[in-house]
Amino acid sequence: MAAASAEARTAGVTPGMPLASAQALVPDLHTVQAEPEADAEALRRLAVWCMRYAPLTAPDPPDGLWIDATGCTHLAGGEEALLQDLLMRLKHAGFEARAALAEAPGAAHAVARYGTQPAAVVAEGGLREALAPLPVEALRLSKETCEALRMMGLAEVREIMARPRAPLVRRFGSALALRLAQALGEQFEPIRPLAPPDLIERRLAFVEPLSTADAFATALEALMRFVCARLERAGLGTRRLDLHFERVDGSVQTLRIGTARPSRNVAHLTRLLRERLEQVDPGEGVEAMRLVAHTAEPLAFAQIDGLPREGEHSAQDLAGLVDRLANHFGQERVYRVTAVESDVPERSARRMPPLESGKAVSWPEEWPRPARLLTPPQPVMALAPLPDHPPAAFTWRRQRHRIRRACGPERIAGEWWKRDGEALAVRDYFAVEDDRGRRFWLFRHGDGQDTATGDFTWYLHGFF
Amino acid sequence: MERHQQGHIETLRARIARLRPGAPAQQAQAVRRFGVTAIDARLPGGGLVCGALHEAAGTGPETEHAATATLFVAGVMARCNGPVLWVLERADLFAPALANAGLPPGRVIFVEAGREALAAMEECLRERGVAGVVGETSQRVSLTASRRLQLAAEASGALGFLLRRSRQFDDPRLAENSAAVTRWRLTALPSAPPVPDAPEVPGLAAARWQLDLVRCRGGEPATWIVEAPDAQGHLRLVSDLSDRPAAADGRGGAGRHVPDRLRA
Repeated sequence: MAAASAEARTAGVTPGMPLASAQALVPDLHTVQAEPEADAEALRRLAVWCMRYAPLTAPDPPDGLWIDATGCTHLAGGEEALLQDLLMRLKHAGFEARAALAEAPGAAHAVARYGTQPAAVVAEGGLREALAPLPVEALRLSKETCEALRMMGLAEVREIMARPRAPLVRRFGSALALRLAQALGEQFEPIRPLAPPDLIERRLAFVEPLSTADAFATALEALMRFVCARLERAGLGTRRLDLHFERVDGSVQTLRIGTARPSRNVAHLTRLLRERLEQVDPGEGVEAMRLVAHTAEPLAFAQIDGLPREGEHSAQDLAGLVDRLANHFGQERVYRVTAVESDVPERSARRMPPLESGKAVSWPEEWPRPARLLTPPQPVMALAPLPDHPPAAFTWRRQRHRIRRACGPERIAGEWWKRDGEALAVRDYFAVEDDRGRRFWLFRHGDGQDTATGDFTWYLHGFF
Repeated sequence: MERHQQGHIETLRARIARLRPGAPAQQAQAVRRFGVTAIDARLPGGGLVCGALHEAAGTGPETEHAATATLFVAGVMARCNGPVLWVLERADLFAPALANAGLPPGRVIFVEAGREALAAMEECLRERGVAGVVGETSQRVSLTASRRLQLAAEASGALGFLLRRSRQFDDPRLAENSAAVTRWRLTALPSAPPVPDAPEVPGLAAARWQLDLVRCRGGEPATWIVEAPDAQGHLRLVSDLSDRPAAADGRGGAGRHVPDRLRA
């Protein structure tokens, strides 16, 4: 069990419990597969959303968020109001949350998780009082350290604070002292903000909310010119641009484009974004647009070549085209293919980014490979003398093909190091030609002698 | 045919070519030769014209997977110098086969465009610096759509190849009018034994195709029997037929007749 709902917890189900025990407690327990990656992504999105309160936010996996609200609380009407507003909005969005605001991130972390109130503001200079009644777990220590502390009778933070630190460090390592110092604000603890603060960005707020694609295009051009000028001054090019639309109703829509190579070409980048402006749902209207250049990379000044030479084309020339295609069809749908050392034919080709500098490797040529693959291979009716003869004929889609010539078998054993099920799997491939000259790629499951290697059924896998 | 008449016809053809919309007037058009004299001699310009749209398809049951047509086009693209874009409708192409036909993976950028294959192909064809664009589609290609592709190819000088596929055998839509400069049909034929003197030896020699040029702007339809492209992308005319004097006959080397329904 990775997590349990409030109802489950009242029934006695706790995180960390084996599924079988949980189901013994609650026979009709509703379980969902845990998706840590999806959770992390959701947390990241939530951290982005929290930028409405302060510019520096960061996810704190598995279940926390940092907001550096220094100097930003007055915008929400004070510290209390900020927390209440945050919790209220999260609750509306369906999140169960607790929040705390303190001088030191460590203290806020502890109070949010182990404090008595769902929203707590630790007054200035009140760190010690706030931390004192909390259990030692609040200090972000390892499980072993906490258990050892409890064995010594130190169950609360106040008891640790009261003791001299040196013997504690000797007994429990420097982590304890560090965490305590961080919680008390004696040691500065940086949080790694989600978006680096030196992003090149530009925000444009409108007097009247905009809602047409034409208007967006005009604003986009102004934003892009500014951002590209900044990039040029810094000698950078961007590979990812986010265009945020802040709607009147408070929600934010984002268009994201990526480029295969760093770029700061106004016309090119504007065109990539403009194609997608139609997708924006303006709702009641958009009151501000923000263009953010992410992943800026060094990009030297380019000499404009006045004399393009015949027959001399570099991959650079294609960057514009590749970007347009990739942004229209999706990054993963524009690719080159390179060889991978794998005997299993489907795995022998790997996709790679279209303009990546790495060389695409070709395949060994000793065996013929079909031009078209059937995915998945389709079963065919075939009869063949065992163990290693090609079939005399096969039937596919109710059509019988008499085989005149064949090449094979090419034995391909499963890659047992990848999956257990492949340990014994064997395929015998044949390139065959029927009496009309059409060529097919057939294989038989199994080596023809031992049924453990496959059930000797035949499949059609491709066409030459 | 008398020699001076022949000369007249050549001049007239050149004039017609200049009058066509978008045709580069004086500039001699680059061509991609097959390297097979019998085929190149039949194509105006002596090869496949670059900066133009061409079309290939399979026949019969091969119309759906178009494996032979794929290898044929790969062989043509192998002889273009420069990057090749291959617009796919479905991701069923197996790149190692292209490498076997002379088109190494480093030169090809694949684009999975689904139903928008024609639009993607046009976008690619407009780009200068692209040597060849292959567009696979199983949709109907209207005359207008093919004209757009042709104009795009003329603008950039890229060799465009439309690879037509269809779930329907010998789909009549494949014979509809098109602006493609040449249209090719490929049919598999039984191949020769790998060891000519010992037909009982098992194994597969190079695949053998019937190559039909069903339409050719400024040329005549023709039919050849060839062997599939080798690792350099070169087709080979099947020797026992290429030796025949019948090549002088108006219908091409094998003296076969193109089925009327395939003629555009």
